[in-house]
Amino acid sequence: MSYLEYNVKSTPSGLRKVLYLNWPLILLLCSVAGVGFLQLYSVAGGSLSPWAEPQMKRFILGLSVMLVVAMVPVWFWRNMSVAAYLISVVLLIAVELVGIEGKGAQRWIDIGFMRLQPSELMKITLIMLLAAYYDWLPGHRTSRPFWVLVPLVIILFPTYLVLRQPDLGTSILLITAGGGLMFLAGVHWAYFTAVIAAGIGLITAVFESRGTPWQLLKDYQYRRIDTFLDPASDPLGAGYHITQSKIALGSGGWTGRGFMQGTQSRLNFLPEKHTDFIFTTLAEEFGFVGGISLLALYMLIIIFCIATAMATRDRFSSLVTLGVAITFFLFFAVNMSMVMGLAPVVGVPLPMVSYGGSAMLVLMVGFGLVQSAHIHRPRGRN
Amino acid sequence: MKRNPKDQEQSHRKLGRRALVLGGLQLAFAGTLAMRMRYMQVEQADQFRLLAEENRINIRLIAPNRGELFDRNGKVLARNVPSYRIVMVREDAGDVDKVIGDLSRLVALNPEELEQAMTEMRRSAPFLPVTLADRVSWDDVSRVAVNAPALPGVTPEVGLTRVYPHGADMAHVVGYVGPVSDYDLQQIEDPEPVLRIPRFQIGKVGLEAKREDVLRGKAGAKRVEVNATGRVMRELDRRNGQAGADLQLTLDADLQSYVQARLGNESASAVVMDCETGDIRAIVSSPSFDPNLFVQGISVADYRALTNDPYRPLANKSVQGTYPPGSTFKMITALAALEAGTVGPEETVWCPGHLEVSGRRFHCWKGGGHGHVDLMNSLKQSCDVYYYDVAMKVGIDNISAMAQRLGLGVRHDLPMSAVASGLAPDRAWKKRVHNQDWLIGDTANSAIGQGYMLASPLQLAVMTARLATGRAIEPRLVRSVDGVEEPLGANEPLGLNENHLRQVRRGMNAVMNDRRGTAYKSRIVAEGMRMAGKTGTSQVRNITAAERAAGVINNRDLPWERRDHALFVAFAPVEAPRYAVSVVVEHGGGGSTAAAPIARDVMLQALYEGTPPLEAYPTADRNRIKAQQEKLQREQDERAPVRSDRA
Repeated sequence: MSYLEYNVKSTPSGLRKVLYLNWPLILLLCSVAGVGFLQLYSVAGGSLSPWAEPQMKRFILGLSVMLVVAMVPVWFWRNMSVAAYLISVVLLIAVELVGIEGKGAQRWIDIGFMRLQPSELMKITLIMLLAAYYDWLPGHRTSRPFWVLVPLVIILFPTYLVLRQPDLGTSILLITAGGGLMFLAGVHWAYFTAVIAAGIGLITAVFESRGTPWQLLKDYQYRRIDTFLDPASDPLGAGYHITQSKIALGSGGWTGRGFMQGTQSRLNFLPEKHTDFIFTTLAEEFGFVGGISLLALYMLIIIFCIATAMATRDRFSSLVTLGVAITFFLFFAVNMSMVMGLAPVVGVPLPMVSYGGSAMLVLMVGFGLVQSAHIHRPRGRN
Repeated sequence: MKRNPKDQEQSHRKLGRRALVLGGLQLAFAGTLAMRMRYMQVEQADQFRLLAEENRINIRLIAPNRGELFDRNGKVLARNVPSYRIVMVREDAGDVDKVIGDLSRLVALNPEELEQAMTEMRRSAPFLPVTLADRVSWDDVSRVAVNAPALPGVTPEVGLTRVYPHGADMAHVVGYVGPVSDYDLQQIEDPEPVLRIPRFQIGKVGLEAKREDVLRGKAGAKRVEVNATGRVMRELDRRNGQAGADLQLTLDADLQSYVQARLGNESASAVVMDCETGDIRAIVSSPSFDPNLFVQGISVADYRALTNDPYRPLANKSVQGTYPPGSTFKMITALAALEAGTVGPEETVWCPGHLEVSGRRFHCWKGGGHGHVDLMNSLKQSCDVYYYDVAMKVGIDNISAMAQRLGLGVRHDLPMSAVASGLAPDRAWKKRVHNQDWLIGDTANSAIGQGYMLASPLQLAVMTARLATGRAIEPRLVRSVDGVEEPLGANEPLGLNENHLRQVRRGMNAVMNDRRGTAYKSRIVAEGMRMAGKTGTSQVRNITAAERAAGVINNRDLPWERRDHALFVAFAPVEAPRYAVSVVVEHGGGGSTAAAPIARDVMLQALYEGTPPLEAYPTADRNRIKAQQEKLQREQDERAPVRSDRA
């Protein structure tokens, strides 16, 4: 029996739970998804198909999943976290064996009615397991070397599997989110300093290994880094995406060219305009005002999550909520940096806006956990 | 694991602190993103917007319609006709092989063209049309159009191409157009962008090339919006070009065709010129070629046949060809002597058949000699010795100057290819070019239009017109550009003594109308149409003393390329000259037999503006002429203008 279960009596039950949902957060999520529908409608040339309509259906599905997850007591999820993590790892290994090739990378597994991306699932189950781990681990042991090594293995094993697919974006996301959770849990500063130093060493190694038989990244990943460093060097080849993306973004100006008036997106100069680069179409059509508004919406979601996390005294709840917030933040921060030319093109979607089911569904599950933590937070004095 | 409340409390506070730190970091990063967004969208917005415009807007040229060519009566000499081709867009076709298979069952496809199309298709973007068959008939076009649903991606397209309805008859004057080649682009400094339009045609030879400036017109342009792959999405605006100017020529197409037919298979040339204005009525070089073959690219076999022909069909002999003018030059020597006052018209020279000049014997064409010869008789009988003698007295520089006054050795700038300037040599010229002193023998040769002397048929026509009118007639080929009359030459008086000119004309009249004239057989008998002229036979080889001793070999016994050139110049009517005619038959033999009859027929055709009545010919010739007229008429009918029924 843990701290939470003692206070079951003071948590709402049955349909009353609906009243205790974090409604402002739901409203924010709906707004962001609405922006997504609008842009998907626009990039399709003013048509619900082929993107806006399926996206709406997925969002409704996601919303339902979030509510279901939210209704289930948060300690159930805590108890499930080890199993969930193991299932994710098994699925990741399965992808290696039966995965379907998609865009030069093996990321999908076909499970009949939809294509499942286990690496997406991993993002949330990793957070759950780490949160549960630190909930279980007594505070004074947090920084002991052995107890630091355990979460490292938990993080790095799936990261390795994802990197093998290869999916650099998700790998970075897993490591950063995992590291963030360890930081929140109170692991000593020194470890992070050491890791950052090691990271710099690794980056050096990655670059040094280029062209040798043991090179650590795929050629296309090196090329992406090259283009990132100097996109102008190959504006029609490897740097085409980022150059066109910057043109689209920059040409938006203060207020943009108007809804459905973006020439870059309408004339197909933008690559992946409905997925990874959707932010550029928004920025092109609604300008700085539009872009900053979406960023503000995202930051509000983060702030709400932090507030929710601070409000609960349950460690698992706090950590899961913050972990979801970190993941969510990483999604849009990496995506935006990428389209603005601040980071390499690593294939991270803009959360809740980019067309795509897996990422949205996983995020909604995450927010379901946040909601569950919010509903089932211990109330009153103890 | 058992929980220690104190430990728990501590952990909770730590978590709160660290959450705030992380939240702060996130906010800071979001701030960076916002700053970056502001930098790009506010500060650099103009720059990026410019780049976006450059991306999306493309300028496409619209080829201008080329100006058309007409003769003086408005007959079309060169026009643009729609030409149909069948194109395919790979992207729309889907299964290319199947579609081509279906198409080949409807339309005969040239395997060579198809091969080229397949190569092009592999190279170019899938949405760009590739030509499968060029210059197809309207029937084929309709067949493709009717079967359009079964032929995805295949469409007939219409363009303009050049057609020369008179074919070979006008080839040397009008020239032809052809697709711009890389060589052309190299030749032109700063080529207009329109030249880079695929299949754009420019003038290659003749008038088409020389008046390219006005014929081409100005290209229009349209601004189109393109997508990332270059496909045109819509037209933003269009500025129409300016069609090229239509040219009206001074030529008479019917006369030109007649002359071409009359020259037949000879390697020959003839020019008909209006004496008063200088307008060229016909300017013909034979044999000719079909310029239409060149328009879309001539086959190697056809081209080789043209270049290997010893009669040089591609050369425009009327302006490019220069020949020793022979006896047709004698009017100039005579006029030079009269003007210099060294010889009077009544003075006679004794012709024993030859003249010794500084130890060398110069022969008269008539071995027995002409006896006492005055100016008129010297022309009438074409006595060489008279001119040797006169030339000695007057000197080469006077003769050369007179030749240039009459238009020899001077380039007449007609808009035709490779107009030759010929040569009227003098002392200074020989010193300059050959670094040799002028010899007295050179003067003797020059006096009878041999030696260094060279003239083109055009120059001979100009000379004749000037002799006939006493004015400096300049030839003109283009009558008007887009309805605006081209200026005539000044045609000012030459400043020659009218009496002297009359003496020379009298001699030319005697050549034709005196029973003992060298061209008496080729006279015109119709009242008021009588012709004056001069024969010329120019040697292309030296007659050796041995040959002369053995008796001069008959021209017919020599190989073709060593026979004499036959020349004839004439104007008519004698009383009020209207036309000047020159005829040169390469290696044709004697001027009186090979060239003069042609000149008469041509002159009559010009004077009567059509087939002349047989009464204009001497009675003895009429039956022969009648047969000849009928034969030519048949030939001309066969070569009637190519009609294009495709429009």
